[in-house]
Amino acid sequence: MIDLKAKSACEGLLPIEIGGVKLSEVAPAEMTLIAPYRGKEAALAKAFGGRWPAAGETASVEGGVLVWFGRAQAMLIGTAAPTTLAKFAAVTEQSDAWARVLLEGAGARDVLARLTPLDIRDTAFAVGQTARTELFHMQVSITRVSKDAWQIIGFRSMAGTLVHDLQRAMKGVAARAI
Amino acid sequence: MRIACPLCGERDLREFTYKGAALALAYPSEAASAQEWDDYLHNRDNPAGPTRELWYHGSGCTSWLVVTRNTVTHEILAVELAENAEEASA
Ligand SMILES: [Zn+2]
Repeated sequence: MIDLKAKSACEGLLPIEIGGVKLSEVAPAEMTLIAPYRGKEAALAKAFGGRWPAAGETASVEGGVLVWFGRAQAMLIGTAAPTTLAKFAAVTEQSDAWARVLLEGAGARDVLARLTPLDIRDTAFAVGQTARTELFHMQVSITRVSKDAWQIIGFRSMAGTLVHDLQRAMKGVAARAI
Repeated sequence: MRIACPLCGERDLREFTYKGAALALAYPSEAASAQEWDDYLHNRDNPAGPTRELWYHGSGCTSWLVVTRNTVTHEILAVELAENAEEASA
């Protein structure tokens, strides 16, 4: 019998801390992409008690959070999707497909600013807001989870690149500090 | 150049990919003549001024957009989701 070893996306790579900014892997959780069928958006929202996220928003739901994940789709993180959703949406279990990291600390925003064209000032990107955008050369999902903490979700197959790019920016910001 | 995606807000050019004239959304009907297909596939106006173009927000929300752009000034005059564009329902 084959003995499969569980291994998270960033195992052996994280955590790291540079210049007071910390990058760590978020504990693995269930992730399910939910994409409503045309005309079924309202019925799907109702299934979540009306808490379906609009573009750029997140919504807490029982046991987890819905993160807007692009046009006409959201990622349910932290809890399994009810099978009844299949009537309204394409539902895809993707827990193993993504690398999810947390960048936190007073200089975290300066690190992100080196990598993404996203406007991440307080006036443009408040706590709870989310975006699909570019991180260096890679498309990611960025969510501001608190004043100085940002969740970044990248492709699992590119986890090494994700960590490398963030680490390099962290070093750059730290080197600038007086 | 910056494009205001209807879903993501204003982003800079590096997040987008240019495809071509928005006319590509307006498929000829199945009964269309060879001449109509030839026009659709190969013939484009090349105006100096406002044009309607398909752009892909690949590094963002992955929407196809119809962007109205002035080819002389590069001014972006309008941006809409391709699914809502008039060409898509022509
Ligand atoms: Zn977009």
